[in-house]
Amino acid sequence: MTPINLYIILSAILFILGAVGVLIRRNALVIFMSIELMLNAANLAFVAFARLYQNLHGQIFVFFIMTVAAAEVAVGLALIVAIFKSKHSIDVDQLNSLKG
Amino acid sequence: MFSEAISPTPFLALVPWIVFAPVAGLLINLIFGKYLGEKGVGAVASLATGSAFVVALLQAYSVSIHPEAQTLHLLDWIHIGDLAIDWTFRVDSLSATMMLVVSGVGTLIHIYAIGYMHEDVRFKNDVGRFTRFFVYLNMFIAAMMILVSGNSYMMLFVGWEGVGLCSFLLIGFWYEMDILARPSWANSDAAKKAFIVNRVGDFGFLIAAFLFFWFFHSTDFDKIFPQVADIWKTSPWVITAITLSILVGVTGKSAQLPLYIWLPDAMAGPTPVSALIHAATMVTAGVYLVTRSAPVFNISPNTQMIVATVGALTALFAATIAVGQYDIKKVLAYSTISQLGFMVAAVGLGAYPAGMFHLITHAFFKALLFLSAGSVILGMERGHHHLAHGHGHDDSHSKKKAKDKHNGHHDAHTASHEEAHSTEHEEVFDPGDMRNMGGLRTKMPVTFWLYMIGTIALAGLPPFAGFWSKDEILLDASKHSPFVYWLLTAAAFLTAFYMGRQVWMVFFGKPRHEVAEHAEESPLVMTIPLMVLAALSILGGGLNLPFEGFHNLTMWLGHTLGEVEGEPLNLTVAGISTVLALIAIGLSYVLYLRKPLEAGQPDPLKKFLGPIFVGMENKWWVDEIYGFTVVRLLEGSAHFLAQNLDWDFWHEWFHDGVLLRSFVGFTRFLADPIDRGVIDGVSYFLSDMIKDSSESLRKLQNGFVRSYALSVLVGVVVIVGYLLLK
Repeated sequence: MTPINLYIILSAILFILGAVGVLIRRNALVIFMSIELMLNAANLAFVAFARLYQNLHGQIFVFFIMTVAAAEVAVGLALIVAIFKSKHSIDVDQLNSLKG
Repeated sequence: MFSEAISPTPFLALVPWIVFAPVAGLLINLIFGKYLGEKGVGAVASLATGSAFVVALLQAYSVSIHPEAQTLHLLDWIHIGDLAIDWTFRVDSLSATMMLVVSGVGTLIHIYAIGYMHEDVRFKNDVGRFTRFFVYLNMFIAAMMILVSGNSYMMLFVGWEGVGLCSFLLIGFWYEMDILARPSWANSDAAKKAFIVNRVGDFGFLIAAFLFFWFFHSTDFDKIFPQVADIWKTSPWVITAITLSILVGVTGKSAQLPLYIWLPDAMAGPTPVSALIHAATMVTAGVYLVTRSAPVFNISPNTQMIVATVGALTALFAATIAVGQYDIKKVLAYSTISQLGFMVAAVGLGAYPAGMFHLITHAFFKALLFLSAGSVILGMERGHHHLAHGHGHDDSHSKKKAKDKHNGHHDAHTASHEEAHSTEHEEVFDPGDMRNMGGLRTKMPVTFWLYMIGTIALAGLPPFAGFWSKDEILLDASKHSPFVYWLLTAAAFLTAFYMGRQVWMVFFGKPRHEVAEHAEESPLVMTIPLMVLAALSILGGGLNLPFEGFHNLTMWLGHTLGEVEGEPLNLTVAGISTVLALIAIGLSYVLYLRKPLEAGQPDPLKKFLGPIFVGMENKWWVDEIYGFTVVRLLEGSAHFLAQNLDWDFWHEWFHDGVLLRSFVGFTRFLADPIDRGVIDGVSYFLSDMIKDSSESLRKLQNGFVRSYALSVLVGVVVIVGYLLLK
C-alpha cells in the first residue's frame, strides 16, 4: 500500500504546477487548463484521504468538483470565445479595460 | 298719558344709524361706484346723508318729548384697568342740534356737489375722481357724527381726528395741481399745512383728555361733570390746565389765533368742501367742544376770559385781513375765521346758546355764500371755456371739449396741446379772482340774489338770521366785557364792509375781464340747495328770537346746559350794530361802486389806508412770521437732526464706524483663524488623507488579471500559514 504522503506530495506538486501556470501564462486557454490541474490536485487529495479514512465523503466531493469543473469549463470556454470574437486575442494581459 | 305708555325715547335705538348711514353710503360708492355713474353715486351719497338727517330729526323729536340726556351703549372699545372707554352715543338737545345742522347742511351740500363736481372733474380732467369725492364726503359726515354724538372725550376725539383726516383728504383732493389747475404740489402743501397745524391743536386736546383721565378717572361726560366742583376745590390748577389745553385744541380746529393759518389755505379744496367742512361744520367742532365742556369752563372764569379774548381778537384780526383779499373764497375764509371768533368769544363768555345760535345761522349763510361763490367760480370757468373754444354758441359742455381744453391746461408743460390753443388763453386765468369779475349780476341772476341774501345775513342786517345771532353775542359781550364787546363790534363793522366790497366787486359795475362777460348761470341741481339755504338764512333767526315767549333755542339747549334766562332785545346794542353795518356798506358803496373798479386799477382803499391796507393785503405777513420763526426753527432742528444727528453721528459714526467696523473685525476673526484655519484645516486634512491613500491604493488595480490571481494566492498562503502556525 502506497503511503498517504506520496499522494499528498503529488497532489501538492500538481497544485503548485497549476498555480504557477495560472500566474505565469498569458494564454487564457492555458490558464484554464492550469485551473483544471489545481482542481484535479484537490480531487487527488480528496480520494487519497477518503481511502485513508475509509470514508466515502471524499469520493462524493470529487464528483461535485468534477461537475462544477465541467460547468466552469462550459461557461469559461464560452467567455473565451466571446472575448476572442471581440478582441481577436485571448491574451489576458490585453483584457484591462476596467483598469482604474 | 299715552306717550308714557311707550318707551320715552322710541327712536334712541336708531341713533347709531346717524353714523352707519353715511358709512353705508361710502361703502356702496367705494365698491359699486364705478357701475353707478355720476348721478347714482351722487344719489347714494346724498341719500345716505339724508337718512342721517332723518335719524337726527327723530332724535330731536325724542329729545323734545324727553329732554334729559339719553345714552346708548353700542360697544366696548378700550378696557384697561380703571380705564373704560366705550362707544356710547349721547342724545341730548345739544348733540341733537349739532346732528341736525351737520346732516341738514351736509345733505344740501351733497346735492349741490353733484352739480359742482360734475363740472369740476371735467375742468380738471379726471372724471374718475367724482366717486372718490363723495366717498370722502360721506366719510366726513360719519366722522362728524361720531364727534357730535360721542359720550366721552375719547369718542369725541375719534370724530375730531376723523374729520381732520377727511379735511386733509379733501383739501388735497386735486393734490397734483394748484388752485388754478397748474401742475404743482400747492394743493397737497395746503393739505399738509392743515393737517400739521391741526396736530398742534390736537395735542392740546389730547393733553386735556389725559388730564381728565388722570384726575377724573374717566373720559365720560356723565362721570366728569359731577366731579368738577370737587376737583376745583382741591386743585384748581387741574381745571385751568384742562380748559387751557382744550382752548389749544379749539384754536387748531376752529381756526383761532394763533393757529388759524391753515384755514385760508384749505380753500384749495373743491368749493363744496370749503362750504361743508371749512365753514359750516368741522370748524365749529371747537365751539361744540367748549359748549359740551360748559360745566368745566363755567367754574374757571379766568380761562373763560382768555377764551373770549382769543375769540374776539380773532374776529377782529381775521376781519381786517378779509378786507384786503382779492380771491372770492379767501375773503369768505377769513370771514369764517372771524365769525368763528364770534362764536368762541360767545362760548368764552358763557353765552353758550348765543354761540350755538350763531353756529347754526353761520352754517346756513356761510354755506350759502361759499356755495354761491363756487357757482360764481364755475360760471367764470364756463365763460373761460366759452372763450377758449371760439365764440360759437356752446353752452352744453360737451365732455370732449372740456377734456380737450383741460388736457392742454393740465399738461401745458408737456407742450402736447399747445398748438391747439391761442397763447392768449394759455396764460393761466384765475376764475376766483374778484378783480377779474364785475357785472356778474346780469350774467348769473340766480346766484346773485342768493349771494345777496347770504351777504345781508352775514353783514347782520335785520331781519336776516345773522342779525339775531350776532346781536345776541354782542348783547352778552356788552354785559360781561366791554373790551370783547368793542372788539366784536369793530369786527362786525368790518364784516359788513368786506362783504359789501365783495358784492360790489363781483356782481356790480362792468366786467373787468372778457371772461366775466361770458359767465354763465349754474344748473338747478346747484341752485336749488342754495335756495333752501337762502330760505334758512332769512328765517334762521326765528330759532331764537329775543322776544318774550320765544328764545326757543335757549330753552332747548337749556335742557343740556342748564336753564338760562333768555335776554330781551337790547335796542342800543342792536341799533349800534345795525347802524354800523349800514355805514360800512355805505362806505364800501362809496369806495367800490360810485366809481366802479376798472381792470388793473389798484384797490381804492389803498389810497386811504396806505400801509395798513398793504398789511391787510398781505395777511399781516403772519405766514411769513411763521416761516421765519416756527418753520425756520423746525427746519433748522430737522436739518440738525438729519445731518448732524442722524447722518454724521448715527449713520457715519455709529453705524459705519462703531457697528460696521467691529462687525467687520469680528467676522474677519471668525473667517480667517476660525473658519479657514481650524474648520477648513480639519476637513482638508481628512480629504487629503483620503485622497492620498486612495492614490496609493489605486495602483493595486493594475488591470493584469494574473497579478490579481497572485494577490489571491499570496492572501491564501498568508491566511493558511497563519492558521497553521498559530
